[in-house]
Amino acid sequence: MKYTFPLAAVIALVLIAWIGSKIPGMQYLFGVVIPWLAVATFIIGFCYRVVHWAKSPVPFKIPTTCGQGYSLPWIKHDKLESPATTSQVVARMFLEIFLFRSLWRNTKAEVHEGPKLTYESSKWLWLFGILFHYSFLVIILRHIRLFVDPVPGFINVLEFGDGILQIGAPSIYLTDVTILLGLILLFGRRLINRQVKYISLANDYFPLFLIFGIVVTGILMRFFLRTDIDIVAIKRLAIGLATLQPTIPTNIGSIFYIHLFLVSVLLAYFPFSKLMHLGGVFLSPTRNLANDSRMRRHINPWNPDIKPHSYAGYEDEFREFMVDAGIPVEKELPPKADEE
Amino acid sequence: MYDRGIIIPGLIIFVLLVTFPIWYNHGVAGDVPKPELPKDSKKCVDSVNVMRSKHMQLLNEWRDEVLRTGDRAYFELEGKKYQKSLQNACITCHTSKKKFCDTCHEYASVTPYCWDCHLAPVESE
Repeated sequence: MKYTFPLAAVIALVLIAWIGSKIPGMQYLFGVVIPWLAVATFIIGFCYRVVHWAKSPVPFKIPTTCGQGYSLPWIKHDKLESPATTSQVVARMFLEIFLFRSLWRNTKAEVHEGPKLTYESSKWLWLFGILFHYSFLVIILRHIRLFVDPVPGFINVLEFGDGILQIGAPSIYLTDVTILLGLILLFGRRLINRQVKYISLANDYFPLFLIFGIVVTGILMRFFLRTDIDIVAIKRLAIGLATLQPTIPTNIGSIFYIHLFLVSVLLAYFPFSKLMHLGGVFLSPTRNLANDSRMRRHINPWNPDIKPHSYAGYEDEFREFMVDAGIPVEKELPPKADEE
Repeated sequence: MYDRGIIIPGLIIFVLLVTFPIWYNHGVAGDVPKPELPKDSKKCVDSVNVMRSKHMQLLNEWRDEVLRTGDRAYFELEGKKYQKSLQNACITCHTSKKKFCDTCHEYASVTPYCWDCHLAPVESE
């Protein structure tokens, strides 16, 4: 029951924000202080983690290659699976970051009659992942409309596309549906797939529940619990946060503070968690290095500085001992002065 | 630190993207829009708070009731009778789209599609 503790934690966070925002005077804490601290933790923590990673030396070229490396001219080179130049690495990274290409390699092993063992590409994880990540990206970009004035045109375009179904008022967003679907599928995968269930930890479930909480409070706030959700007041608060001129408008509904508090927790939790794959995907040496170890020498940065030591120099250093031990030397010891 | 030439520009781009609302606003919080309220009528179909947060749901319900069941039931307000209607009810008091609807909608970047079908009131300059 590794998911009970994270679930309880998210419920506790909701209760803290719910009860806390009802206490007079606490709106400033939940509306201004905590979001500011969370954003500061997010930015500083993120940069610290990336710099920390950048300080770790990479002793070997360790790209994961899954295709024919660059070789003789008549052997077909697989440029994406075994990139040999920087531009090929960039192409590979681009497909990885924007299309999650390596998830197509997620395989499922099955034993058939025979007995015959087969490995088949299982693209469900890729599908759920791409559904979730792109929905989340669009949702984050859409929220910019609450933080800036005037709102840039591309945000309006995005918003129009997202609400194109024009169902209800305020109209339903496509991404609200797809992110919920993605979250449920990603969570269901951890429950149903036995191997994945076995390796799932509390810190796998916590972000899922937390983001689920954020999405659900957001949907409730927009469509169902609209009492005291005055979007002008909320935008004034959000712009106040961005321009460092905070004002707390009176009586915004509790659901807003719950939503904001969960987002703050997510931001503050981000640099300390597996969510850092946002930065990590760029810094993974198995992806961002070129497979060119036969063309270019990769020097281990922690190699000690060893000077070349020739045989002549070696004999100079140890000649006396060599002669004493009866080892033949190329150059004899100089004759001793007292023997003449 | 290794690969300083890539890591530092990358981090700068990241911080600039994340802090977009901070530098885009130039530190100006701006004014909250003040929609012009009708002068000769003090009461709307519901309280200010409810109208602010739920008017779109109310209008949507009216639209569905009127278009799908033909139910244009009248309601009385300050001795006058009104229809469930945008053009025959709301706009009789809120005579200007620019000075009333658009002030908040532009601020919050909301583009309701009311006016795809309805005629916007003629703005008197």
